[in-house]
Amino acid sequence: MTTLPQSTTRKLGLVIDLDTCVGCHACVISCKGWNTENYGAPLSDTDAYGSDPSGTFLNRVHSFEVKPPVLKDQPAPEAQLIHFPKSCLHCEDAPCVTVCPTGASYKRVEDGIVLVNESDCIGCGLCAWACPYGAREMDQVEKVMKKCTLCVDRIYNENLPEEDREPACVRTCPAGARHFGDFADPDSNVSKLSAERGGMDLMPEQGTKPVNKYLPPRPKDTLSEGAGDIDILAPYLEPVAQEASGFLGWLDKTLEKL
Amino acid sequence: MHPAPSVIFFTVFSGLGFGLLTFLGLGIPDVTGWTAFAFFAIAYLCAVGGLISSTFHLGHPERALKAFTQWRSSWLSREGWCAVIALITMAIYGAGLVFFGQRWGLFGVIGALFSLLTIFTTSMIYTQLKTIPRWNSPLTPAMFLSYGLAGGALLAGQITWAMGLLAISAVIQVLLWAKGDGALAASGSTLATATGLGTEGGVRAFEPPHTGTNYLLREFAYVVGRKHSLKLRIIAIVLMAVIPIVLLAAPFSHWVALLAVVSYVGGALASRWLFFAEAEHVVGLYYGKR
Repeated sequence: MTTLPQSTTRKLGLVIDLDTCVGCHACVISCKGWNTENYGAPLSDTDAYGSDPSGTFLNRVHSFEVKPPVLKDQPAPEAQLIHFPKSCLHCEDAPCVTVCPTGASYKRVEDGIVLVNESDCIGCGLCAWACPYGAREMDQVEKVMKKCTLCVDRIYNENLPEEDREPACVRTCPAGARHFGDFADPDSNVSKLSAERGGMDLMPEQGTKPVNKYLPPRPKDTLSEGAGDIDILAPYLEPVAQEASGFLGWLDKTLEKL
Repeated sequence: MHPAPSVIFFTVFSGLGFGLLTFLGLGIPDVTGWTAFAFFAIAYLCAVGGLISSTFHLGHPERALKAFTQWRSSWLSREGWCAVIALITMAIYGAGLVFFGQRWGLFGVIGALFSLLTIFTTSMIYTQLKTIPRWNSPLTPAMFLSYGLAGGALLAGQITWAMGLLAISAVIQVLLWAKGDGALAASGSTLATATGLGTEGGVRAFEPPHTGTNYLLREFAYVVGRKHSLKLRIIAIVLMAVIPIVLLAAPFSHWVALLAVVSYVGGALASRWLFFAEAEHVVGLYYGKR
């Protein structure tokens, strides 16, 4: 059914820490790798080595420049470069699900994951039109809609070692910028992180109620706060001899005379 | 939005066909026999031709029957149902008129109602999308319905109806353009809300995720031809409304009427191309495009 469930038992999703992400794109590559080799149709590339390469990705990393507003009586804050991974947010009120004419798109009652049943997908593209986040992409070879599955074939997979039972993007992130867990449980790692750091929704005005949360970047440190506030090691770096003496003193004087 | 020719052709011609079926269902004009056959043939050619054309943009048209299952939630599914019900009832009604010289009015009224509902459900596929603020307006169904009815009146040879409906279509179209131009700004979605990174103006797209293009940019960030938007709007209004109204005001002949229809279709195609090409999807914000 393409109607949305009233509520889901669990709300599995991701916390993405914009303060920590270094923009290495490792999550993009591991996602493409896992989802090409496992659940559903592979993620194709077209003209991969030609002049117009293009491909299907379930996770893409944008980079944005942010200039924090100048506050009165304060020096202009530094501009920041924010790397911004973007994938399906597994919205509670997912508009992509209700527009589907065939029932191929659905949101699971047990864990809230939004999935596509590829054998029912007619490739009309309407769900991608309905998604504000660009989380759905039509595969140009298979002609079916592809989207993040939250690695549903990893997280419950008992053939994998326990530490691998999380989405490929989370498992691979070298900076620890991605966290996976259950938002329905207020004591879960993701709920706590989101509460502590002010986890935010993307485009809240669209009314999609995203499950995934983004942690805002912290303000950059500044060196100019309070004159004289220098490093605690600074005293050890002060010059020990102001005037040259001995042989060097004689050399200095002699060279001056020349 | 990418203006796919199959979808432009589909919305214009199925609108025209179902518009004509609406008039025929209500007995305007009251025709039987071969004359009725000619009217129904034109209506079915447009309506069915448009529907078949719409399947060309599907990735898997062989699974199209599955689209009838989700009428409870999906406007696309409801459109399929309305079109099939309209076409079947109107076929029975038409057979009565053509072969038996009988006017089974109940079938006609039901057929006309579902023909109108087909145009309405088509328009709701676009109207429902909050992601495309230009379309997310009650003016969108008003535009689709007035275009369909105006074209239907034109094909049904109803001069007074046609002139009135063409004028109404033109007014609704201009209102839709005027409101649509400010719709993205009015929606409140900006790069700042899309990223959550501070105030508008403080955040800027620095680097896209890939050096090449992708499905999202091809489908949603279509910007070609927007610079000619004003010229195309004038061409669309002149072809769609002004020329047909002037021609209809002249003494009636079939050739003049045909010219009016051709001009109307040309204008409707231009307007529908703009409907897609000018529509900005909010996902473009992430790419610094619109």
